[in-house]
Amino acid sequence: MNIPANNRDSMGVSTLAIVNGMLADPAGAALTAGTILIEGDRIVAAGDVAVPQGAETVDAGGQVVAPGLVDLGVFATDKPAFHFGGITRAALMPDQSSPLDDVGLIRQAARAGKPDFWVHPIAAATRGLKGAELAEIGMMQAAGAKAVGTGRQWIADSGVMLRVLSYASGLGLTVITHAEDSGLAGKAVATSGETATRLGLSHAPACAEALAIARDIMLARETGAAMHFRLVTTGTGFDLIRAAKAEGLKITCGISPAYLFLNDQAVTDFRTFARLSPPLRSEEDRKAALEAVRDGTVDVITSSHDPRGPEDKRLPFADAAPGMAGAETLLALSLNLVRDGLVSINRLMTLLSANPARILDVNAGSFGAGSAADLIFVDPDAPWIVDSEKMAAQAGNTPFDRVPVQGRVRRIMKGGVFF
Amino acid sequence: MPEISIPSASPELTGRALFPHRHLLSIADLKPWEIRFLLDEAEQWAKANRGNARKHDDRLAGMTQINAFFENSTRTLLSFEIAGKRLGADVVNMHAGQSSVKKGETLIDTAMTLNAMAADVIVIRHASSGAVALIADKVDCAVLNAGDGWHQHPTQALLDALTIRRRKGGFEGLIVAICGDILHSRVARSNMLSLAALGAQVRAVAPPTLMPSDVEMLGATPYTRMDEGLDGADVVMMLRLQNERMDGAFIPSPREYHMLYGLTPERLAIAKPDALVMHPGPMNRGVEISSNVADDPDRSAITEQVEMGVAVRMACLDVLTRRARGVEGWS
Repeated sequence: MNIPANNRDSMGVSTLAIVNGMLADPAGAALTAGTILIEGDRIVAAGDVAVPQGAETVDAGGQVVAPGLVDLGVFATDKPAFHFGGITRAALMPDQSSPLDDVGLIRQAARAGKPDFWVHPIAAATRGLKGAELAEIGMMQAAGAKAVGTGRQWIADSGVMLRVLSYASGLGLTVITHAEDSGLAGKAVATSGETATRLGLSHAPACAEALAIARDIMLARETGAAMHFRLVTTGTGFDLIRAAKAEGLKITCGISPAYLFLNDQAVTDFRTFARLSPPLRSEEDRKAALEAVRDGTVDVITSSHDPRGPEDKRLPFADAAPGMAGAETLLALSLNLVRDGLVSINRLMTLLSANPARILDVNAGSFGAGSAADLIFVDPDAPWIVDSEKMAAQAGNTPFDRVPVQGRVRRIMKGGVFF
Repeated sequence: MPEISIPSASPELTGRALFPHRHLLSIADLKPWEIRFLLDEAEQWAKANRGNARKHDDRLAGMTQINAFFENSTRTLLSFEIAGKRLGADVVNMHAGQSSVKKGETLIDTAMTLNAMAADVIVIRHASSGAVALIADKVDCAVLNAGDGWHQHPTQALLDALTIRRRKGGFEGLIVAICGDILHSRVARSNMLSLAALGAQVRAVAPPTLMPSDVEMLGATPYTRMDEGLDGADVVMMLRLQNERMDGAFIPSPREYHMLYGLTPERLAIAKPDALVMHPGPMNRGVEISSNVADDPDRSAITEQVEMGVAVRMACLDVLTRRARGVEGWS
């Protein structure tokens, strides 16, 4: 059902009430029955609140109502996949065919999804993402960039990274970095271990990640900059993040479901859909990642959505492009964490919505007054089977093909409007 | 042409399912009895190749064998060509320089093209691990992996096993030291799996920079000191060290490599007195192996390996086309 915003505007500011929902409030401790009041494109109240007289009501029918997902770090603006997955905003990685290192490209990217989807572009930290010269970060911020990113690569030159961090911190922007020491990772396509050895794939030890994190934490300490490690995937990496947080540094980290539910054995038989960057890790690291979600070390779960067609994936493993289409499965796979008792559904929504919004400094991802009225209605138990042939995404490159999952988004509201 | 009388089957087939594989892609796909079966079949061809001046057997007459080599090769290509021709197949060689066939769609397209030409068996070598399996998935006929990246080179492992079996009588308790650039070697990967499956004690001897992780999981015990790895060995299998890895990338220099890991007569003396020396070729004389070791007819099985290569490839071509040929009991 579409409720055009101007109908309400014409009556002054009218109120929309979503009633009979089970609210998954990131700030709460458990699902609670409640109401959400919306004026225009903003939430004005949520919880045990009375429906004002004359308010239009929408009955959620007892479904879970949660903030729309804010996906921190995607490679494509793929609206059908995002809508399927309940993602209402995404931070777009600067690694586009033309790297997002220019005001015009940022402005264009920021407009691309509107009105029913918002893209928050991540500005390239360096010109052409080459890791050498600072890009016009301030001008890109003014054009709509919400963070600064190193892209798929680590910035190998420590001097450059120091300047990126100090410059970005002066602008109040978080630097989103890729944590893999490039000297060690080189052209590796897999994590060192039995699988890589059996398959004869070039591989790098998993400590390539911790090495990169250790250096970047030192530079963050030096500059006081806010830094977000987009994907942390190893036990030693999480240990470093844990310690940096305990020290009070402005360090956050994310992960995508692939690293929580798959290990490096998923690339057996040269399955290129499981070729990711960073590569899938050992079972031990996978368990460490689950523990890091449980104990609060992980701040963000991202789809890392990167749809890739056969021309990029039907190749010999080492020649295939890394990345997976993850937007559609982000919520359903993440709900496994709730079912397994690692986190509450409220905490999950913190990881999927509230924290990424906070890192991007956008007023969304929560039920707080003034937050954007981006909402999803979820049936968390609805079963379905991931099918790479029938995905909404631009390409079906999922390593979770034929995996049964639970959790479907039934309705999406973006900015107070249902789509 | 005369049909050479080859005894029909190995004892390995008695009471078992017929060799169940459509393709030969990796030693990892084979059970020990399947390896022994292929060796038994190859043994017959080895005898026939030696015994008859006229070596033709026309069981593959009218069938088309395409040797699609996406990576340079001399001996393997020649070996497959001779094997196919001795069996009467129409053998066509396709050389595709790596430079012209880099894009994957081209690889898939090439596979579709080969398939459309109604080949009955395709032999493929490619520089990328997994590339042969990718092609095998797209074609209707049998595919033989003639080497894919660092991954597998199954016919090399079979010819090495056949050579060892002929010289040593069997594998049980045999100590085989595979020495050199294990990290980048498909020969080593195939041999570790096959020799361990056949009951040998396999050692992987390499500088630490050329040793893959978790090599134990492939059935080999790692050694980083050559002398310890050679101690008491029955078979010393040397690997080729690629030129591009010699100059500081993985080892400091060819001469230092020779000093630490080269197979010299002195070093060979650490192995058993009757230890067999093998090398898949082509050799870097004076780097991984000294000429006087390589050329010692009492110790070196290097030319016999080449000879067994033809026999093994004849056996594989024969076995993998039996269903298509409607051989009795195989259809």
